[in-house]
Parts: sequence; structure tokens; C-alpha cells
Amino acid sequence: MAEFLQFLISGLTVGAVYALVALGFTLIYNASGVVNFAQGEFVMLGGMVTVFASAAGLPLPLAALVAIAAAVAIGLMLHRFAIEPARGASAVTLIIITIGASILLRGVAAIVFDKQFHKLPAFTGDTPVDVLGAAVQPQSFWVLGGTAVVVLGLYVFLEHTLLGKAVLATAANRLAARLVGINTTTIMALAFGGSAAIGAIAGILVTPITLTSYDVGTLLALKGFAAAMLGGMGNPVGAVVGGLLLGLLEAFGAGYLSSTYKDAFAFLVILIVLFAAPQGLFGRRVVERV
Amino acid sequence: MNAKATHTILLATSLMGLALSHGALAQDTVKIGSVLSVTGPSSFLGEPEDKTLKLYVDKINAAGGVAGKKIELVIYDDGGDANKARTFATRLIEDDEVIAMVGGTTTGSTMAMIPVFEDAKVPFISLAGAIEVIDPVRKFVFKTPHTDKMACEKIFEDLKKRNLTKIGMISGTDGFGASMRAQCVKVAPNYGMQILIDENYGPRDSDMTAQLTKIKNTAGVQAVVNPGFGQGPAIVTRNYAQLGMTNIPFYQSHGVASKSFIDLAGPAAEGVRLPAAALLVGDKLPESDPQKKVVTEYRQAYEGATKQPVSTFGGHAYDGLFILVEAMKRANSTDPQKIRDEIEKTKGFVGTGGIVNMSATDHLGLDLSAFRMLEIKGGDWNLVASGS
Amino acid sequence: MRALVNQRFVTLAILAVVIAVLPLAFPSSYYFRVASLVWVSALAAIGLNILMGQAGQVSLGHAAFFGIGAYAVAIGPTHLGIPPWAALLFGALLSGVLAYLVGRPILRLKGHYLAIATLGLGVLVALVITTESRWTGGPDGMPVERLTLFGWRVSGSYTWYWVTGGLLLIGTWIALNLDETPTGRAFRALHDSEVAAQVVGVDVARFKLQAFVIAAIYASLAGSALAFMNGFINPDQAGFLHSVELVTIVVLGGLGSVVGSIVGAAVLVTLPQALTVFQEYEHLLLGLIIIVAMIFMRNGIVPSLSNLLLRRARS
Repeated sequence: MAEFLQFLISGLTVGAVYALVALGFTLIYNASGVVNFAQGEFVMLGGMVTVFASAAGLPLPLAALVAIAAAVAIGLMLHRFAIEPARGASAVTLIIITIGASILLRGVAAIVFDKQFHKLPAFTGDTPVDVLGAAVQPQSFWVLGGTAVVVLGLYVFLEHTLLGKAVLATAANRLAARLVGINTTTIMALAFGGSAAIGAIAGILVTPITLTSYDVGTLLALKGFAAAMLGGMGNPVGAVVGGLLLGLLEAFGAGYLSSTYKDAFAFLVILIVLFAAPQGLFGRRVVERV
Repeated sequence: MNAKATHTILLATSLMGLALSHGALAQDTVKIGSVLSVTGPSSFLGEPEDKTLKLYVDKINAAGGVAGKKIELVIYDDGGDANKARTFATRLIEDDEVIAMVGGTTTGSTMAMIPVFEDAKVPFISLAGAIEVIDPVRKFVFKTPHTDKMACEKIFEDLKKRNLTKIGMISGTDGFGASMRAQCVKVAPNYGMQILIDENYGPRDSDMTAQLTKIKNTAGVQAVVNPGFGQGPAIVTRNYAQLGMTNIPFYQSHGVASKSFIDLAGPAAEGVRLPAAALLVGDKLPESDPQKKVVTEYRQAYEGATKQPVSTFGGHAYDGLFILVEAMKRANSTDPQKIRDEIEKTKGFVGTGGIVNMSATDHLGLDLSAFRMLEIKGGDWNLVASGS
Repeated sequence: MRALVNQRFVTLAILAVVIAVLPLAFPSSYYFRVASLVWVSALAAIGLNILMGQAGQVSLGHAAFFGIGAYAVAIGPTHLGIPPWAALLFGALLSGVLAYLVGRPILRLKGHYLAIATLGLGVLVALVITTESRWTGGPDGMPVERLTLFGWRVSGSYTWYWVTGGLLLIGTWIALNLDETPTGRAFRALHDSEVAAQVVGVDVARFKLQAFVIAAIYASLAGSALAFMNGFINPDQAGFLHSVELVTIVVLGGLGSVVGSIVGAAVLVTLPQALTVFQEYEHLLLGLIIIVAMIFMRNGIVPSLSNLLLRRARS
């Protein structure tokens, strides 16, 4: 039981990060149809800027705010200078642009910061908490709690604010949204900024556990994308469930099967799910019109 | 004109060009090449190597160069990609016409580049860890870091002294971790070691509690060994403490031999042992130690210039560069063949990694005594007194 | 129709001339090496472009087939005693069969779901190659025996320049022909609208599968060529980043354009070599160039430039 709990919490913690990355993917995808492969770089920025700002003397909460602001600024710039000028280009062209952006951001981070690994102190100490025999880092609770707050906040925003409803409308049908007077460009900018903020928050929450460096983004983008697809691209609930599920698959795979092939196990499950439900777990069924 | 004729003419012209440019260059500068993983997953190895080479080539040139010739250093970044490394190796040989190479951050890129230097008969001093670089011995290939096999032997020697014979292993699946794991499994029986459980983690994994829980729940494990480099071992060490396993002796490898490991792992690193070069404990060496002067000077120079803590990885580049420079001085020539012969004759070279004695059958020239067993105490490296 | 045949011939002839004449401008064999890398990448990209550009299906795991081809010629001769040329064919066959088997279920998926399924396949293959070190040498890779054909040992940058150049010519010829066969037309119909293609009687599933198998075989052959050329292979070539690189080549050069894939490969392979003078700014510039190129040539370099030229010619 203790062993099971240990795997469970480990999986949920890692999965929460995948979930936040997947949520970032979803937000941008819904507003613009772009699969943003620079999503992992937002997580990197969150961690790295916080590390360097706090090393420069800022208290941790302030450093974290600076990091979120920096990520949002870069997210908005990404939209303004890379996505908006290519408006109307095919989806795959836009994907390549975001891949270029991810190379660019990593290159800038390597110069502005450095290529070393960095850590952040845990928010509330390092003494493990005993949960029915499983030893849990207090930071895990921060990650899980933080993810819950972000998800809840996003839900309230989307369902209970006018702006949020505009985002949903844009996601449902961009042309129709424009016809009813929604400025879809603003909505897209909002999505990039929001998605960058979510990524940065993930980076800040998780760096005390996982450490960070200028190139942590690539793998997170891959895993986050996988999680978003597993849940069903475009569905925020799916993104969260997909992320948590992927983390759990890895942890239980490593614990009960083979630690060497845990990633294979996770992707095998994704393949099987997609064969059974080609739209992901929570995906919408899209009918192609001729 | 058919293709073959084009080819022949081209070959002739390029050969002529080669001869001409050699004549012009030979006057006052001599080119040394390097391909390093300055970016990519091994950048924390490649970056200090890059900085060290640049720092010391400047120093050598400021002091008048080698035998009256200034060194021109050509460094390419392979980003950790062996295929790219291979292309840059060709570029160094064919385009830059270097007389020797000090580089090859990872075993993967080193192995990919070896054929280029062997074919061109240009000496290649590798900075990569695995034993396969120099075993079997290749005529033009040398290396400066201790092998992973030696690291396993050093760890097992220490375990044997402590009467611990049943171990668990948790290894990274990157090149360094996988290669060292294989060597450890191979030499374990020689030391009477029994590997009860053998776990792995991916090079970018962020949580290893699942694997460690399995090790923890394996009855009879007396010690745990973690072959790996990068951020992985730091996370393993933190998870190790988190799971309350610190009563089981824990061994890291020379892959974490930089101060940033202690910094990243924090208090969890207390009591961890690892085999590493004397460089890390320069200030704790007795005055009589032959390496004391070299390691202290290198450390001061590196930390002064880069404002970053010294690592043994940069030290390997230092050793490679000076083994080469001394060979060039002895050969008093820029002929790669003659330099190679002199590198092979390196005897009693005091480097940051140990005292190097090469021979026709040993292109590393270090023995187990070059490794020191260290223990982390009070947030710093400490020499383990022999017999404890 | 006649004009099309001529156009194809002209494309091939220009490519042949470029391959033959380029060496005159090469000061050292390093340039032969870089050019050979361009030909190999172009070969893999042309294959992928059949899948992406003509059949409209994205594969984010295509390096898996590249890796299978590469490791087939590494493992075959070393562990199984198969002659190198046979290992090359075996690798291509294996890739084709694998693509056929997994393609059936995978190609039912659409758009990004296909991307993630192929990505999963790529991750699986790369993981097996990295892990089964008894066969593959693990993450550090393994040496590859030189290719010998009828007693002729194929080695050296010059030789490989001509061999890979020849392979590229054949690959280009097949791809160009495919474009004009009923199959090619079916592929293009798929790209435009799958449902419409189905309605007019195109067996959508069969053609998608066919494109996938062809693309896999191209990648496998390119992988084998690279492995022979390097005399060494490691798992990076089968990894996710290499898959992304191949997709980038195809899109940068131009979806659906065979010449585009060659140009895309030329740009993406030579750019990092040219950017080394900028040292630590290398990656920053590479990213910037990709973004700017895609913004201003959103259909890819070759289609965008040829459109521009056509418009100029008309006005």
C-alpha cells in the first residue's frame, strides 16, 4: 500500500506538470489552431527567470512574478512577431514557426542565462511528509495545489466571464466569432499570453523538485503534446486528465513493470487509446465537410 | 567531361591548394582543433571544456606560444549530435588542416569521429569517459579522463573494504550511465559483488522515487551505486534522502564531479561517496602531493576567469591540451605523425586527473591511484582516509 | 501532358548537372561530406514529402524508419553475418513491412492524432535501439562495416558524394514519376479533401497506406546510406529531434515540391555549418531564420519563389 501510494503521488506530481503544459497547448490550439511547440520553453522561462531573479536578490514571490511577467511578454511577442504575420498560413507552416521559436528561445536562454543546471529552494522546506507510509516532498503538494488553482481559475474565466466566453466562441468557430464582433486577434494574443503564464507557473512550481536548465523545454513539449492528444486535443478537461494519466503511466510503469521501458509503456497506452478512440479520451468528433 | 575526370582534376587542384596553404601557414601559427558539445544534453561537460581550452590557449600564446609558434584554436559545437561531430571532424581535417585535436565531449561523438582522425593520421586526444575509446588501442587516439571501468573498480574496492557485497544499481540511460553500468556489471564478480537489483532512469526524468522505492523494498541491499551524469544523479540523491534511505551507503560516479552537484542535491548529498580526480579536493591535499600545485593553479585560473566552480570535466581538457603542447615541444615539429609519437611517450605528466604514463599499449596512462575516493561532508568534498 | 513530361525531364537534368558540376567549386573533401549529407537528408525528405505533401499526412516519427535502415546495415553484417548490400535491402523491407502493419490502424487517425501516433512509434523504436545495447551498442552507438559491392570497397568522401548523389537522382526520378501516375493524382486528391476523394472512388485507406510505406522505404534507404558513409551510427538518428528536422526540411522547402525537399535539405544541413562563425549565437540565428523564412515564404521556399517568378514574368 505504501509502495502504491509512493508511485501514485510521484506520478501525480510529474503528471501535474504535463497537465499544465497540455493545458497551454490546448488554450493556444483552441484560439488559433496552432500547435505551439515552444510551449516547453515557457516552462523553462518560468524556472530560469525565477532562479536568476532570486539570485539577483529579489525575494522568491517577487522573482516568481517577474518570471511570469517575462514569460507572458515573450508569449505576446511570439504571437505578435511570429504567428500574426503568418496569418492564414497552413497549420503545418505555423507548427514549423513555433519549432523555430523554440530553437530561438533556447538559444537566447543559453546566452542570457547559462548552460548549467539550477535549483530553487522548496517553498515550505524539504522535510518529507509521511502519507500512510509514503514519503512525500512538501513541494509535491504545492505542485498539485497550484495545478488545481490554475485549472479552476481557467474554468471560472472561460465559463463565467465575457472575455472567457469570447475565447470559447473563437475556439468553436473562428469565422462565426468574428462575425458576431469578437476581435479574434485579441483573443489569440490573450491565448498566447495566458498559455505562457500557465507554462511559467508550471516551471516555478516544479523547479524545486526537478531542477531546471535552458533546454528542459523540448522533452516537456513532447510529453505535454502527448498528454493533450491522449485527452483529446482542444479539450481543457482532456488536457488535465491526459497529463495526470501520462504521469501515472510512467510512475506505475517504472514501479511495477520496467524502469527501462516506462516511456515505451506510456506511449503504447497512448497508441492503444487512439486506436480505440481516434479523437482521444475527451475529443470532439469533427466531420469533414466537402 | 565525365565524372571521373572531374573528380581527378579536382583532387589534383585541391591537393595543390593543400600543399600551398600548408607552406604559408607553417610560418608562425599552428592550428589545433576541437569538437565539443557546448550545447545540447552534455553542455555542462562541454562548456567547461570549451572555456578551459580558450583560457589556456590565450595564456600559452601570451607567453609566446609553443616553440615560437602561436596556437590557433578552432572549436566547433556538435550540440551532442554524433553525426554533426563527424562532419566537424572532417572539416577540421580537410578545411582547417589542424595538426591535432583535443575534444570529443561524449563517447558517442568521439566514436563517430575516430575513423576520420585514424584515416588522416592526426592525433586525437578525447575527453570522453568510456573505456572503448582506448580499448582496443588505436594508433592516433588518446584520452585523458579515467575510464568508467576504473570508476566501478574504485567503488567496488571501497565497498569491499567496508565488507559490503550486496548492492543495488540505478543508472541513467544516457551514454555515460549505460556504458558505466555495463562496465560495473562486468567487473562486479571480480570484487565478489552481487547486484541484487538493477534499475534505470531516462536522462531527462524528473522523479526517480519509483525506482528507488523498488530498491528500498529489495531485501539485503547493502549499498547503492548510481552511474550517471547531468541533473539525474542530483535528483536521485534528493529522492534517496526523501525516501529515508540514507542509512544505506550511496555511491555516485565521477560523472557528478563538479561542485554544482553538491549545490543541486543540497543537504541530501551528505555522506555520498564517489571516485574523482584530485582536482576537487586541491585545497585538502597534503603539501607533499605531486598534483597539489597543478590542481590549485588550474582551479584559481578557471574560477577567476569564468566565475564558475571548477569541474573535473574542464580539467580533462586542461590535461589534453598540455599533454599535446608538451608533445609538440618535445617533437619540435608540427608534423602530426611526430606529435603522435611524442604523445605516446608521455611519462610522468602531472595533470589535474592524475599522473599520466602512456605507452604503446596504454593510451590513457592513468591507474586506479589517480582516482581519489571522496565523501561529501558539510557541503564539501572530503578525502576518504584509506582503510575506512 | 507532354509539357509535364518535359518539365520532369528538365528538373532531373538540372539536378544531374548540379550534382556533376558542384564539385568544381569545392576546395576540400569536407565540402563533399556536407554535400553528401544534403543528398541523404534530401532523399529522406523526398520520401516524407510524398506522405506529407501529396497524401497530406504528417509523420512526427519518421526518423524511426531512418534509424531502422541505419541499424539494419550496422547489425546485419556485424551480428548476423548478412552481407552489407543485403542488409540494406533487408532494412528497407523491414521498414516497409513495419509501415504497412502499423500504418493500417494509424492512418485511420486524422491530422494531429496521426502526428502523435507516429511520434509514439518513433519514440518506441528509438527507445528499443537505445536500450538493446547487446545488439545496437546502446546510446553510444556502434560501428558499421564498410559497404562492398562486387569487391569494390565504397569509402571516402568523394566516392560517397557520387553514390549518394546517384541515389538522390533515382529517388527524385521515382518521386517525380509518382506525381503523374494515377497513384500520384489520388494522393493529391487526398491532400485536398479526403471525403471528396472517397466520393469520386479513390480508395483512401489504400493510398494513404501506400504513401506511408513508400515514405518509410525512402527514409530507410537514406538511413542505410548515412550509416555506410559514416561507418558509425548512434540512436540520435532515430530520435524525435531528427524526425522534427525532417518535417522542417519538407515544410521549409515546400510541401508537395520534390525540388523543395532538396532545397530544404540544403538549407537546413548547410546553415548550421555556415553559422558556426557566430559561435554561441548559432542557435538563436537558426531559429530566427526558420521563423522569418516561414513567414515570408509560407508555402515553402520553392513554391513561394516560383510563384513570385511566375508573377514577375507575367507582369
